[in-house]
Amino acid sequence: MKRALTGAVLVSCSSAPLGVFLVLRRMSLLGDIMAHAILPGVAAAFILFGMSIPVMSIGGLAAGLTVALLAGVVSRFTALREDASFAALYLIAVASGVLMISLHGTAQDLEDILFGDARLLDEQILSLMAVISGSTLLALLLIYRTLVVESFDPVFLRTVRGNGGVVHAVFITLTVLNMVANYRAMGTLMSAGLMLVPAIASQFWTQHLRSMLALAVALAVSGSMLGLILAFSCNLPSGPSIILILGGFYLFSLLFGRFGSVRARYFPFRHFSR
Amino acid sequence: MSITINNLTAGYDRHPVVHHLSGSFADASLTAVAGPNGGGKSTLLKALVGFVPLMTGRIDFGGIKSDDIAYLPQQFEIDRTFTISVIDVVLLGNWSRTGAYKPMGKLHKKEALDALAEVDMAAFASRPVVSLSTGQWQRVLFARIIVQRARLILLDEPFAAIDGHTTLELMQQLKQWGRNGVTIICVMHDLNLVRSHFPQSLLLSRELIAWGSTADVLSEENLEAALERRGSWQESLERCEINGEERSA
Repeated sequence: MKRALTGAVLVSCSSAPLGVFLVLRRMSLLGDIMAHAILPGVAAAFILFGMSIPVMSIGGLAAGLTVALLAGVVSRFTALREDASFAALYLIAVASGVLMISLHGTAQDLEDILFGDARLLDEQILSLMAVISGSTLLALLLIYRTLVVESFDPVFLRTVRGNGGVVHAVFITLTVLNMVANYRAMGTLMSAGLMLVPAIASQFWTQHLRSMLALAVALAVSGSMLGLILAFSCNLPSGPSIILILGGFYLFSLLFGRFGSVRARYFPFRHFSR
Repeated sequence: MSITINNLTAGYDRHPVVHHLSGSFADASLTAVAGPNGGGKSTLLKALVGFVPLMTGRIDFGGIKSDDIAYLPQQFEIDRTFTISVIDVVLLGNWSRTGAYKPMGKLHKKEALDALAEVDMAAFASRPVVSLSTGQWQRVLFARIIVQRARLILLDEPFAAIDGHTTLELMQQLKQWGRNGVTIICVMHDLNLVRSHFPQSLLLSRELIAWGSTADVLSEENLEAALERRGSWQESLERCEINGEERSA
């Protein structure tokens, strides 16, 4: 249980900031696609090498990056609208992954891979999570300024000859890496949730980037801890339990948040005098 | 140090939108680029800033480096709902000096606040940009250019959809830059503004119609010629046989 909580905190700290950027760059759908794309990679590794975490992680990483690359290529070179190509890729990815696991594993295996089981977190996975979390935070610190400019004013970045392309690639890689890190606890179906839902909820409370990042981390950490406690006490899969708690945060924010919420629209505070 | 353009052709997919343009922008000049839609004005600016490759010709920047150039495109490519604050946008003007990694300190912040004060936006410094109107956004982007300390400033229709009051104030800022020795090239649609404030003009309709003092350039005949010369986009054309290289005497 302690291991699970540690893992959750680690992964929340690095996933949440990435999620904020995903949401701000209007890449939420892409984030979800990449998370699902991990599944066939994990499945293939599972079939070939059994339940070996390092190998499955590598498989997941390769699959996630491949789909991210494919999606980018497809949207650039075909006339098909982005969301259509992504939807097709994601459905193919999930279906093939599920089929592979069904053919070669048990129902329990399938459930663990799809929905996660935090009880399965051992020392090895924890070290992996720690490494990924730490390097993500370090990388984010480094690329922060470029990433911000690339997100909102890419023309300016080009004018000052900044490395927009490189930073974009680093960002995508970090995203897939973090999804691989948290899929054991969250399951492949929901690993995007830990990244995206806290970020989305934080948008209702602040319009400053730094505050948004801090709040998203806070929500992710508390949500994942509460979700794990729920999962352990009621013997439920951990992924959905965490998502439900985070979902609760989101619904609360949607209703009562400071900006853009239902409360703000229908019960606004008095305006200032000037 | 003037900026000299020699036989410049630039465009998209082999179609020239600026066709064999030659001439020069004098140092610290304030030049309006005018002409009909599709006449190559934005493309000329993009060629100057390096966003489109040159099909023919050269640009001699007279010692100005790419760090010294500020470019303000038409606004629609900026995400105006991004969660960034006004002061952070202006601080980005320091990029040529700090790059992507060096931290910015109190001096940078003070310079940014001073720039905001010059455009009358100091009170908005810590506000998120999502609340800004188009005119306020333009002021903030001007403040960013102030911080950039550019020697060449390229603006693409900076006063489109801006109210008259803001336009006049920003126009004063342009003149101030000119007095400080900055060369300014500004694509303009409003010919009245050009006649009132810009000493130099370049009338472009794919090819050069006229380049010089505004009074001479914006004559009736020149304007008519510009409209006539516009032409239309045709799919199959012969290859251009013109060699527009200037021969030295």
